[in-house]
Amino acid sequence: MAEMLLPSLVDGLLLGFVFGIAAMGLSLIWGVMNVINLSHGPIIALGMFGVYLSFTHLGLNPYLALILVAIGGLLVGVLIYAVAVHRVLNAPHLSTLLATFAVNMIIIGLGTAAFTVSPYNVDFTLGSLTLGPIRVPLSRLAAALAALMVTGVLYLFLNRSRPGKYIRAVANNRAAAELMGIPSARVLALSFGLGTMLAAIAGGLIATFFPFTILSGGGYELRSFVIVVLGGLGNPLGALFGGLILGTLEGVIPVFTVTTWVPVFEFVLFVLLLLVRPTGLFGRRR
Amino acid sequence: MNAWRKPGLWLPLVLVLAAGAWPMITGREATREVIFTALMSVALASSLNILLGYTGYVSFGHIVFFGLGAYVGFYMMSALNMPLPVAALAGGLSAGLLAFLLGKAILRLRGAYFALATIGVNEAARAFVNNFHPFGGPIGMRLNFRFYDAYGGAATALWTTFAILVGLTLVLLVVSYLVKYSKFGLSLLAIRENEDAAQVMGVVAPNAKTWAYVISAIFPGIIGVLFFFKNGNIEPTDAFRLHLSIETIVMVMLGGQGTVLGPILGGAGYQRLRGTLLVTPLFKDIQLTVAGILLLAIILFVPAGIVGWLRGRFPMLRRVLE
Repeated sequence: MAEMLLPSLVDGLLLGFVFGIAAMGLSLIWGVMNVINLSHGPIIALGMFGVYLSFTHLGLNPYLALILVAIGGLLVGVLIYAVAVHRVLNAPHLSTLLATFAVNMIIIGLGTAAFTVSPYNVDFTLGSLTLGPIRVPLSRLAAALAALMVTGVLYLFLNRSRPGKYIRAVANNRAAAELMGIPSARVLALSFGLGTMLAAIAGGLIATFFPFTILSGGGYELRSFVIVVLGGLGNPLGALFGGLILGTLEGVIPVFTVTTWVPVFEFVLFVLLLLVRPTGLFGRRR
Repeated sequence: MNAWRKPGLWLPLVLVLAAGAWPMITGREATREVIFTALMSVALASSLNILLGYTGYVSFGHIVFFGLGAYVGFYMMSALNMPLPVAALAGGLSAGLLAFLLGKAILRLRGAYFALATIGVNEAARAFVNNFHPFGGPIGMRLNFRFYDAYGGAATALWTTFAILVGLTLVLLVVSYLVKYSKFGLSLLAIRENEDAAQVMGVVAPNAKTWAYVISAIFPGIIGVLFFFKNGNIEPTDAFRLHLSIETIVMVMLGGQGTVLGPILGGAGYQRLRGTLLVTPLFKDIQLTVAGILLLAIILFVPAGIVGWLRGRFPMLRRVLE
């Protein structure tokens, strides 16, 4: 058992980075505009298919394709914000939840018509690296590194650049930010776009090592909810740590019991955390 | 009781009764199946409306009560050989009990946090049942065909189930109306408008919310037993389908949240629309997309739903549509 523990731990941790950036997108959107984006899953799936299509039809290297996927994710997010979210931003929660769920239905409907629900995979391997008892597929390692890089860039963007500071100002107090002359509608659209961009990138990274269908995003969306609550709703960097925790759990629990028990633990933990520490493990006490 | 003289009560009842009697008079199975699906949606939407429309709490995982009640009832029928009425009651009560236990805990959460927690509860329940061997794990359970003999064979059992569903929907609508116009209902409406203010005015919010949650959970539990009795087998993915949960919210929104009549129009209308889209060649493949666009249009432009819009547009209708 001990010799299985270390490899599964490493596996889970590497996967956790990718889960982390998917959840970061959800957390960013919540933090800036108090919207839970229920179209998160389909966007992750679109990211997967983005990488797949650019790999098979344009012959692009999957990691280069990620740049295209990121731009696409940003644009789709801005579009979703403009069409579905902006008008109901100040309405009760139910409206934004349902509006983003409507977007979810639209994307899944079109996606199923275009790709059916059969599985696809990106036929691309980087080989694997062996370190003592641990054998790591390089694609996982690359995905974890890419996720870290994305986190770093996001951190710098939010803290150093002018639009990033705008985003934080709007998240902090929209009315005050508007009084200071910040164009809040554009900033909100940008934040939504960044959130979906992160989801699309996460999807693209997952596509490099797992097979997927148009419906695969749903599972990652649910995981993102758990992670976001672990890290604290609205705390994008907490989401990365939440992702690592969830990845570790997913890696380690199957060593001790049947894999199918993993979601039971995850969601029980999720509900308990919401009850006990809704601000997350790293959040401030209310 | 003078509530019986109000059109706000008997209009919904007459609608449901007419829909229920239609296939019984014509005796056509195809019509019965269509109406069964519609009535099931109406009943699920009406029970959710007690929590969502009156109390203002968005339960995204309400289908957990449907699934859990169905599993308990189904287990009693297939493993313990209990009759359907006992199983249905047990399903409803166990759903109510779960709501009571959960209610004390998760109803403390507000807004989006509550919505997220209900999704978590549904997913946890599904994952648990998937691993729970007495309930058949991922394969689920099935009813022996002989079981239907006690109800006069499978064909008659389907008619019986239909009749029970019609009766249950009528009871539910009366409960929904009585809740809305009782003192209890007023405290729920007060919680919806402003929970803190309601508490200051003497509403014991935690208790009121919990009871609203319990009432809105019992009926889905019974419906679950009826549905899977009719189906003959049960699986975790069918019983705890998060998508159905969200569709139910859509029905409540479409008809008009917080009204007695709204969920009827919403539930029946949504199923009618879905049926039409599924058989129209142009929309067959993208029916989900068309439904999504419609949902978006409702949320953006008619957030009060059909009944709410009618009430706002034609003030004289306010005495009739409640």
